[in-house]
Amino acid sequence: MAIISIRDLVVEYGGRRVLDRLSLDIEPGETMVLLGGSGAGKSTLMRQIIGLERPTSGSVLVKGVDITRCSPAELKQIRRSMGVAFQDGALFNSLSVEDNVALPLREHTSLAPSIIDLDVWIKLAAVGLAEFGKLLPQELSGGMKKRAAVARALALDPEILVFDEPSSGLDPIVAAELDELILFLKHTFQQTVIVVTHELPSAFRIADRIAMLYKGSFLAVGTKEQIRASQNPHVRQFLDRVPDNTATTRMVEAYFEKYVQSPAPALRRWRRWELVEACFEKYVQSREVKR
Amino acid sequence: MASFTEKVGKSTLAHLDYVGALSIQTWATVRTLGAALPTGNRYRWKASIVQMLRVGVEAIPMVGLMAVCCGFILALQGASELRRVGAMSLTIDLVAIGFTRELGPLLTAVAVSGRSGSAFSAEIGTMMVTEEVNALRVMAFDPVEFVLAPKLVAALITVPCLTVLCNVCGIFAGGVFMFFSTHLGPGTYLHGVMTSIHLRDVISGVIKSVAFAIIIVMVGCLEGFRTHGGPEAVGRSATAGVVSSTFLVIVADAVFTAIFYFTGAH
Repeated sequence: MAIISIRDLVVEYGGRRVLDRLSLDIEPGETMVLLGGSGAGKSTLMRQIIGLERPTSGSVLVKGVDITRCSPAELKQIRRSMGVAFQDGALFNSLSVEDNVALPLREHTSLAPSIIDLDVWIKLAAVGLAEFGKLLPQELSGGMKKRAAVARALALDPEILVFDEPSSGLDPIVAAELDELILFLKHTFQQTVIVVTHELPSAFRIADRIAMLYKGSFLAVGTKEQIRASQNPHVRQFLDRVPDNTATTRMVEAYFEKYVQSPAPALRRWRRWELVEACFEKYVQSREVKR
Repeated sequence: MASFTEKVGKSTLAHLDYVGALSIQTWATVRTLGAALPTGNRYRWKASIVQMLRVGVEAIPMVGLMAVCCGFILALQGASELRRVGAMSLTIDLVAIGFTRELGPLLTAVAVSGRSGSAFSAEIGTMMVTEEVNALRVMAFDPVEFVLAPKLVAALITVPCLTVLCNVCGIFAGGVFMFFSTHLGPGTYLHGVMTSIHLRDVISGVIKSVAFAIIIVMVGCLEGFRTHGGPEAVGRSATAGVVSSTFLVIVADAVFTAIFYFTGAH
């Protein structure tokens, strides 16, 4: 039985449909990557899965409980089995890294302080930060912050681990380290992992299955191989990194020409207008040279 | 014309939305307030103590100095007018009653809203922007209980205390002025003060200060929770926190004074 199942999920913001009748099953123990470009709705979908927002219609079942309709107490219970590592860490700045990881343990369990210390050390060691527990979040680098956030997400030994853009803002080496960390955690703790990302190498490295989002609906859901072999034009565009029409050089040129050849009277009076014209002439020359 | 009515409607809705959010937040805080007391969750109580130090203890020098200056100003301005009608001794009443009923609570509220109201907005605003509030929620913590309740407990305890301190400092400054201007002995001054103020003056001042504390915390935190966007939004909400809480404190002061006046408490 699926650990998370999303049924006909619709999310609208002020009449604009952000997610359009999504349905998806995530099996226990698998790594599901939600892949998509900016504005595709992948972050919105993640916020629905972790119960931060309520949908316009549809349901999200986590371990058989509909988190869009359940009581606050049930939601709290479900959240204890979920760990979320946010994009920029979202560590509490006033607490040390250790205290950040210990916070859920101290307040949600009745473990003895010595056990909590040990558990915190294990979680920090698992992400390679065992020596950095005493530091404050602002003393850590970007990659370390994300790893500390992972340690905090692991604190209550959740069944489901959610990563929001784990490799954004990191250099390729650190991003690759984080991918390996996710794989390592998955093998060690046997958790269900959900990763939201737009990074292709990272997605294909860690995923069991990939769900490709485009404008609020799934283009393709399948294994890495199935996605790679997909002939859907939008999937191909994403995988082959083809720019959209809005930003092609031809569009920019057309825009430029339209304005230089028939500028509005106000533009002609603008005292920098000669500069623009000179710039355009140079541009036309360079284009002719290229040809 | 349509656009004008549209604007009026929109701003009315925005204000109603604000009032609604404020009441929802207040109710949510009341429900979780128990956790921040010594009998509740000990981590929240610790946070309450930290907040008491920040809101109360650290404000003592500022509130004290402001009260001394204002007591001095009030006595000076009052004396220069009262001297002309030969009622110099009324300056004692002016300072004593002015502070216990009005200036003490108001000055304290303005000082606390400037120091702590903006700090609440900025702190919660930063937590919103960096997703810390969301992190709290997914870790099965209630942000209102975790962040707001300790602040309210702290303000409810410290603001009345600061108000009493403010009263004492203001009246002390008035006494110093009287001593140097008319050589009125401290004993006589104190006797004058004690005969002019009644217990209910002090109580009405303290009731006001409790209301002001609630306003400052609620408005400051609401502005924080309504922060959306980037770092510049935090600055905006900090400003909005101080401006709205100071404004509402003064409006509430007018309402309370009217109530006390017409119910004959004075």
